[in-house]
Amino acid sequence: MSLVNYATREITCKIVYYGPGRSGKTTNLHYIYGQVPAERKGKMVSLATQTDRTLFFDFLPIDLGIISGFTTRFQLYTVPGQVYYQTTRRLVLQGADGVVFVADSQARQLGENVESMQDLHANLVNYDVDVREMPMVIQYNKQDLPGDLIMTVPELEDHLNFRNVPSFSADALHGPGVFETLRAISEQVLRKLSPTSGSNG
Amino acid sequence: MQLDQRLRFDSYVVGAGNRLAVAAARAVAESPGSVYNPLFIYGGTGLGKTHLLGGIGRLAEALHENLEIEYLSLEEFVDQLHAAISAGQLEAFSSRYERVGLLLIDDVQFLTGRRETQAALLKLFERMQRAGGQIVLTSDRPPSGISDVDERLISRLSGGLIVDVTVPDYETRVAILRANCEERRIVFRGGVLEELARFSFVNVRELQGALNRLVAHQAAGIEETPAPAPAPADRPTGEFESFLSEVTSVVQQHVESWQARLTEAAEYWKGEGYRTAVLERAVSLPKSPDVAGLLATFSAAVEHLRDLEKTACSVDPSLGSNSVFRDPERMAQAEDLVERALAGETPPNGPSTEFDRASYDVGSSNQVAVHAADAIVAEPGVKYNPLVLHGPSGVGKTHLANAIGNALAKGNGTPVTVACVHAQKFIDELISAIQGGTVERWRARYRSVGALIIDDVQFVAGKERTQDEFFLLFNSLVGANKQIVLTSDRAPAEIPDLEARLRSRFEGGLVVPIQSPDRTLRERLFTRFLTAAGREADDALLGVLSEPSVQSVREIIGTVNRLGAAAEASGTPLTAQLARGELGMATPFSGGTAVATAGATADPVFLNNEKIVWEWPDVTARVIEDFR
Repeated sequence: MSLVNYATREITCKIVYYGPGRSGKTTNLHYIYGQVPAERKGKMVSLATQTDRTLFFDFLPIDLGIISGFTTRFQLYTVPGQVYYQTTRRLVLQGADGVVFVADSQARQLGENVESMQDLHANLVNYDVDVREMPMVIQYNKQDLPGDLIMTVPELEDHLNFRNVPSFSADALHGPGVFETLRAISEQVLRKLSPTSGSNG
Repeated sequence: MQLDQRLRFDSYVVGAGNRLAVAAARAVAESPGSVYNPLFIYGGTGLGKTHLLGGIGRLAEALHENLEIEYLSLEEFVDQLHAAISAGQLEAFSSRYERVGLLLIDDVQFLTGRRETQAALLKLFERMQRAGGQIVLTSDRPPSGISDVDERLISRLSGGLIVDVTVPDYETRVAILRANCEERRIVFRGGVLEELARFSFVNVRELQGALNRLVAHQAAGIEETPAPAPAPADRPTGEFESFLSEVTSVVQQHVESWQARLTEAAEYWKGEGYRTAVLERAVSLPKSPDVAGLLATFSAAVEHLRDLEKTACSVDPSLGSNSVFRDPERMAQAEDLVERALAGETPPNGPSTEFDRASYDVGSSNQVAVHAADAIVAEPGVKYNPLVLHGPSGVGKTHLANAIGNALAKGNGTPVTVACVHAQKFIDELISAIQGGTVERWRARYRSVGALIIDDVQFVAGKERTQDEFFLLFNSLVGANKQIVLTSDRAPAEIPDLEARLRSRFEGGLVVPIQSPDRTLRERLFTRFLTAAGREADDALLGVLSEPSVQSVREIIGTVNRLGAAAEASGTPLTAQLARGELGMATPFSGGTAVATAGATADPVFLNNEKIVWEWPDVTARVIEDFR
C-alpha cells in the first residue's frame, strides 16, 4: 500500500491499533473519534460482538485536509484482540504503515500482553515486513487504575519494549495519552515520506 | 445647501438628449442674468438636471468672483420663506435675495397648489430680475405641466428659456459608462460597457446602478481566491487541532522533497493547459534528477511554445487551439506547423467528413439541387459556378454543400484543397487578420484553395469589408475555374444589405432552392432514420409518419427519437398504431385497409409517388366543392 501517491497527490496512512483483548484499542479510537471535528471524520465503522468486543475490526478514517498540496488521510484500524481472531488480525495488519501496541497495564494481563506482542511480530514476519522498519509505539493503557492492580511503566517496559520504541502511559477512557500516542506514531509514519522511500513504500 | 463638488461640467457627458440644455447652462454660467433669464430645465428623474445646476454653480463661481450664488431645493426655499413670514421679516428676506446674483432652485414641480408661495416667489423673481439676478430652475416637467400654478408665474418662468434633457442615446450611454469607469479607475474588458449600454435604461441613474452591479461582480470575481487552506495551526483549541498542526509540520518537512517540487510544477503547468508527462516521469525516477535544471528547461520549452502559438495565431487564429502547442514533447511538430503556417500552406477548414453524398436522400423537393451538385462534382468550376443552395433551416443545405466539398476534395485522382467555412467564421477570420495586419496572408490562403464552400452566406450581408474581400476572392476563384458553393437561408435577391455586385454574381451561377421534404423524401428519410435507430420501418408505419408535412429534416429526426422513446417506455414495438397515438393523429376511418389511400397498402403497380394524391383537401372543403 502506497503511503504517498505523488500522481494523485494523496497521503494515506494506515495505522493499526494492536494488542490483547480488552486492552482498550477501540476505546482509543472512540476517544479520537470524539475529538475530531465532524467535517473531518468519516463514519466510524465498528463491528462488535454482542458482548461489545470487537468482532472484526474498527475503522476510523480521518481527513486531515490538504497539507503541502497533498490530500492527507489517516485510517485508524483496530484488530480484535481475542486470540481466536488470528485471521482477521492478519488481514487488518496487511498494508499497515504503523502499529500502536496497546498494552493492558493490569498486572494479571501481563501474559496476554506478551503473547499479543509475540503474535504481532509473527504476523508482521508473515507479511515479510522487517519488524525493525515498521513504525511502532507502545501505549500502556489503564494507568489510571489503582496502583496495586497495575504494573508501573518501567516494569511494563521491561517486559514489552525490548526494541525501545516510544511508549506512553494512557487512560484511553478519559483521554490522557491517547493523542500523544497517535501523534508519535503519525510522526514516525510520516518520516517515511522522505524521498528514498519513493512512491512504492 | 452646498453644491456637490463632483457635479461639474467636465464630468457631464454631452449627448443628443442634453446638448441644448448644456449649451444654455454654460451660457448662463458665463454671463448670469443677461442671456436666458430664467433658465428652466426639465426632464425625467435621473437625467442630470441637478448635475447641470451644479455645473452652472461651479462654473459661475469660478468665473465671477463676487457673484453671490444660492443653491437650494424648492422645499428649502419655501421653508425659508415661511420662516421669514412668520418672523415678519419678509422684506429682509426679499432684499437678501435681491443681492443674490445666481439663484439655483431644484425640483420646482413641488410648487403645485402652494398659492401663497407662488405669489411670494413671483414677487421675488420680479425683484431679482430687475436687479439683474439670474434664476435657474429645474423640474421634472415643463412649467405648463405643473398643475395649479399661477398663470403669471408660469408666464414668468416661460419667459426665459425652457430646455429639456432626455434619455441618452446608445452612444451617449457608452460615453457615460466610460467616463464613469475612468473616474473610478475601473477597467472592463472590451465590449462589456457597450453591451451594458445596449439595454434601454430609463435614466442615467439606472445605468449607473447597473454599472455598479457589474463593478461589484467584477470585484467579487477578483477576490475569488481559493478557499483558505483548512486547519490553521493557530487554533490549538483541542487535542485534534494540535495533533493536526504537528502532522502538518511533519508532512511539510518530509514532503518538501524534489518530488513535491516536481509535482507542484507539474500541477501548475497542467493548470496552464500544458502536458506534463515529462515531469511526471521524472517524479517516478528512483533518484533525484537535476530538478532545478529540469524545471528551467520545461518552462523555457513552454515559453517557446507560447511564442510559436502566438506566431501561428497571427497567421491563422484557428491554429491557436492546436494541441501541439500544449505539449513540450511535440515541440518539433509545433515548429513544423508554424513554419507551414508562415509559408501560407495551412489550408482553411475543409468540409466535414460526416456529411457524404451517399447519405443524402433525394426527393422532388431537392432533386434539382442534388442534380446540380452531382454535375458540379463531375465537372467542377465549369457548369454552375457558383452554386447557391437556399432554403429554410434544417433541409440539408449544409449536408449537401459538405458532401459536394468531400467529393471535390477527392478530385479526379489528385486531391484538391477545399475550403469549407461558415460565413461567420470567414468574417471572424478576416477581422482578426485585419487586427493582426495579416490580411495578405489571409487572402493568399483562400485564393490558393481548389474549391470554396461558404455556409450561410447571408451573414456577409451588411459587412462592407467582408463583402469587398469576398468579391475579390470570388472573382479570382471563378476566374480560375474553381468551384464555389454557397448556402443561404434565402435567395440572394432576398438577402437584405447584400451588395448588388455580389448578388448579381451569385445569380450568375445557379441558384437552386431546397424545399421542405416532400412526401417521397419524408418516407425515405423516415426509413433511413428508423433503420439507423434499429427499428423496423413497415409500410403502414411509414404511411402514418410521412403523412404530416414537416419543415425540416431535423423534425423527422426528432419524431423518430420521440417515437423510439415512446415505444421503449411502453415496451411495445413501434407500430403505426403507436405512432398515431403518440403523434396525436386521429385514427383513420377503420372500414378496412382498403379505404386507406396511404400508399402503404396500395397495389405496388400504382405506387408511383408522383401520381398519387397524398394530401386530399379536407372533407368540408370537398363537400362545398361538390355543391357548387
